[in-house]
Amino acid sequence: MIRLEQVSRIFPVGDQRVHALADVSLHIAKGEYVSIMGPSGSGKSTLLHILGLLDRPSHGRYLLEVEDVTRLDEAAQSRTRRDKIGFVFQFFHLIPRLTAAQNIALPLLLAGCPAAERQRRVAQLLAATGLVDRAGHRPDQLSGGQRQRVAIARAMVMSPAVLLADEPTGNLDRHSGQEIIALLEDLNRQGLTLLVVTHDPQLGARAHRRLRMIDGRIVADSNSDHAP
Amino acid sequence: MTAADTLAFSFLTLRSYPSRTLMMLAAMALGVAAVVILTALGEGARRYISREFASLGTHLLIVLPGRSETTGAAPSLFVGVTPRDLTIADAVALHRSRSIRRVAPMIIGSATAAWRQRSRELAVLGSTRSLLALRHWRMQQGRFLPELAPELAQPVCVIGTKVRRELFAAHSPLGEWLRLGERRCRVIGVLATEGRSIGLDVEDLVVIPVASARALFNSPSLFRILVEARSRAAIPRAKAFILDTLRQRHQGEADVTVVTQDAVLATFDRIFKALTLTVAGIAAISLTVAGVLIMNVMLVTVSQRRAEIGLLKALGASRRLIQTLFLSEAALLSLGGALLGLLLGWSGSRLLAALYPALPADAPAWAVMGACSMALITGLLFALLPARRAASLDPVQALMRH
Repeated sequence: MIRLEQVSRIFPVGDQRVHALADVSLHIAKGEYVSIMGPSGSGKSTLLHILGLLDRPSHGRYLLEVEDVTRLDEAAQSRTRRDKIGFVFQFFHLIPRLTAAQNIALPLLLAGCPAAERQRRVAQLLAATGLVDRAGHRPDQLSGGQRQRVAIARAMVMSPAVLLADEPTGNLDRHSGQEIIALLEDLNRQGLTLLVVTHDPQLGARAHRRLRMIDGRIVADSNSDHAP
Repeated sequence: MTAADTLAFSFLTLRSYPSRTLMMLAAMALGVAAVVILTALGEGARRYISREFASLGTHLLIVLPGRSETTGAAPSLFVGVTPRDLTIADAVALHRSRSIRRVAPMIIGSATAAWRQRSRELAVLGSTRSLLALRHWRMQQGRFLPELAPELAQPVCVIGTKVRRELFAAHSPLGEWLRLGERRCRVIGVLATEGRSIGLDVEDLVVIPVASARALFNSPSLFRILVEARSRAAIPRAKAFILDTLRQRHQGEADVTVVTQDAVLATFDRIFKALTLTVAGIAAISLTVAGVLIMNVMLVTVSQRRAEIGLLKALGASRRLIQTLFLSEAALLSLGGALLGLLLGWSGSRLLAALYPALPADAPAWAVMGACSMALITGLLFALLPARRAASLDPVQALMRH
């Protein structure tokens, strides 16, 4: 499903070269639930960005569903990102002027999906995330937990192969956080590949497979069978 | 993303920043309105002038003795040596064309005019009855020169209002004998027309039959022949006929010049068109200024909307799509601004027309179309830089800070 082969990401900082990722190799199978933990600056966000095609590795190969996506051009990468990857962010990143339903429909809109189909998909996801009576509300009229549910619905609307969550509970109170985790885990049980980057050890411990990163390297993998 | 969705999305975006949107709309609208109003003014002035010319008789041809040649020393038509005089018989010969409606020969000179004890030096114009209709002169009192064969002299005259005032004062001049040089003529009419016509002060003028003038000045030579063609279309034929006829009469010598009023009008027309284009160009600069404003505001917008742009990229929008989104915003702004501007410009020119009914102030179609397309083009052109900048934002950087 996801295969990284000796992937490095080097940032030039002044005349220094910082290895945000150093020779990371990783294989994640379909339907896995993986958490990535580690101190700040350990490279977990960079890893997530590369997996999400928001960033390109300096060296190495990245295969997503057997396709070498590092070799795609910008437009093709955008398409892959749209069709196969869902993002959930710590700060939700909803567009304030759009209603919950419109925010959820955004990826469909970008994909040029016809309005009727859009409505059908959005209705499904509103139901699945328990937001039916919030469809017409704008983000500032929603609670943090509801906003994150809108963001998850948006991430799921294209039926992606993998969901990448960057501190999904980092900006929520305990109760809302638990609800969000329950929702994500539920999606995982239905077959979604789920990657969660977190600082929170309790959240990280819930994943079936736990990766630990330090200084751009994966230093611990709870399931070393999967190591390439 | 479909075109309709793109436009709808851009519209929603514009609506959510009302003050910014209104400002950019206003800038565009003022630019377009300026083009519309200024060209309407220029066009109005042009039409006003050509209308004035038309009332003077646009079908007019003026025959001058001598040929217009730049011979170095004396380019002037009037001062130059004329090989052969234009005569009354020449003028009579011009009557024979179907394209010509009226012919008025002119002799101009000056003579001392006297009535009782008062005398003055006056301009004397010898011509025929045709001149009245040809110059659109009007009579205040009495009649103009009688219908008379041009070769026949008759001791009658028509005077201008100033002559009447200064020589006759309170007396009625009709029927009085006016002394002109060595001769006498009876005053049969007073001209009502004021101001200048064909280079003469009509108020300060004595008009006598052309044959009388020939005798008075003792010279067979005509100053000019005024010819009125039957229609505008007949002008070239009339001109050819005049040149032909006079060449034959002058032993094959092409020694006259024919000036058409049309040519003069065309010159004015060109001048005013150039003027209109100039003001349109100046107004177009304000459109460019509006473009620069759109660019600046959009650049600010791009940095304010970094997170949103990053998000759209994360959701699968390509560079191209981001660029299209920003350009479609600019297109909506330009078109909206142009429509507002047209409305404003139209009302402005209506107002002008209401205030100055004599000035037919209507923006020409080319200016309206030009202003709209110029608005669209500048809007898109100046949005290109902000759109490119938005498209090239690094999504990771854009998403990092909220």
